[in-house]
Amino acid sequence: MTDRQIMTGEEIRRAIVRISHEIVEKQAGTQGLALVGIQRRGVPLARRIADAIEEHEGAHLPVGALDITFYRDDLSLVAQQPIVKGTDLPFDLNGATVVLVDDVLYTGRTIRCAMDALIDFGRPRAIRLAVLIDRGHRELPIRADHVGKNVPTSREELVHVHVAEIDGSDEVSIARKLRSSDPATAGS
Amino acid sequence: MGAEGSIAVAWNHRHLIDLDAVTWPEIELIMRTTDEMKGVLARPIRRVPALNGRRVTMLFYEASTRTRVSFETAARNLSADVVSIATATSSVTKGESLVDTIRTLEALGAEILVMRHSVSGAPYLAADIFGGHVLNGGDGWHAHPTQALLDLYTMREHLPDGDLHGRKVAIVGDILHSRVARSNIWSLTAAGADLWLCGPATLLRGFDRWAAAWSGGAIPGHGRFNVTSDIDAALRDADVVMALRIQRERMQGGLLPSLREYAARFGLNAERVALAKPEAIVMHPGPMNEGVEIAPDVAVSGRAVITEQVANGVAVRMALLYLLAGVHETARTGESIR
Repeated sequence: MTDRQIMTGEEIRRAIVRISHEIVEKQAGTQGLALVGIQRRGVPLARRIADAIEEHEGAHLPVGALDITFYRDDLSLVAQQPIVKGTDLPFDLNGATVVLVDDVLYTGRTIRCAMDALIDFGRPRAIRLAVLIDRGHRELPIRADHVGKNVPTSREELVHVHVAEIDGSDEVSIARKLRSSDPATAGS
Repeated sequence: MGAEGSIAVAWNHRHLIDLDAVTWPEIELIMRTTDEMKGVLARPIRRVPALNGRRVTMLFYEASTRTRVSFETAARNLSADVVSIATATSSVTKGESLVDTIRTLEALGAEILVMRHSVSGAPYLAADIFGGHVLNGGDGWHAHPTQALLDLYTMREHLPDGDLHGRKVAIVGDILHSRVARSNIWSLTAAGADLWLCGPATLLRGFDRWAAAWSGGAIPGHGRFNVTSDIDAALRDADVVMALRIQRERMQGGLLPSLREYAARFGLNAERVALAKPEAIVMHPGPMNEGVEIAPDVAVSGRAVITEQVANGVAVRMALLYLLAGVHETARTGESIR
């Protein structure tokens, strides 16, 4: 398996800054905005976007973490129950514009679960989606509002997003699956 | 999902009948999953779709309110379909009838069978013939694993860092007939607690030999425990005090002279509980005989965590239903179980 780098740490940083500007522009300000990262790598990305917005807008946005394990529709397909990593939404969702943040957008099923989960916590005014990588192959009618990088992939490839907070460094790489049953499908 | 999921311990048990089959890392996985389920219970909508469309059947051959309602609530909170079999027709005490009943329930679509039976070991028979999962809700004197797990969870919430190592836990009462005590022995000795079992000698029969056999490290991963009829020694400096119910029907066997004598010698009253540490918690698996094994003022004191036990029971049972349900699907899709 050979890994091919498709984003460097610097490119990730620029993408985050651009997305942070886009989010504020779309909302025409920061009023009512909240960021929710999807466990795991969406969470540090959401914090970084919030930090970038704080830097250029001076506004401190609430950041939450969402675990979608209990909402997955593929529990019958995985070898064991996935480890649950925790949900923490320390703000009122009612009336907020929530920007969901994830590392990779692929089939769209994770995002569907995330929307189901979010709506159980309240009634946001709007839900938007920001992802670092959009790799295509959607199975549901879902699209991202803000994309760091569009990466055409085949289903036989894996996209690995590394973030310093979890993996020690920032990098996005792409690799071929060893076999189609490989369980390590990042961003599925 | 992420690689870290594969590093952590995975749940591979199709059934949960007692905690002797469960390792400490697996118990910790249950505790972590219970944390998440408590998070679900704190939400405005206390329901997640994790077991959507899965069928949970409650088969209770023995009277139970809290355990049955707790399991039903847990299953519904996970969006499972719940069927409750009306309790205990008196004829169903023979193994053959149990087998027939389970085959019938399976044919009716039961996937997870939560079972309570007055015969010790009945769930093992059920597990042999049932194609889904068996979750033991208490069998005879043998085991009550979900009670022991909710006890452990509640203790961890009250101890610094959730660590039971070296913490003195005293279980007082009718140890002999108690499936709660037996399951707690497995989990608490695995947790490293300094476990004391206390009661009248007639209600401790055999446990001294059990304790002696374990003191030589006979069971890997499980520490020794103490057995005594000296209530003061059991309670002194305890971190956790748990009273067990004295069942009135036990009096007929001549094991206890009277409930009054039991209450006088072993009942948890304020004076006795004062022997424990000032921050010690008082537990009871319910239902309580107030004035017998526990004084009413102790049961409602600030130290009592009895209602917390009940609330934690729902979260623990959600965690177990969730974990067991995943293993079934593994078998069905033919993927290897590591």
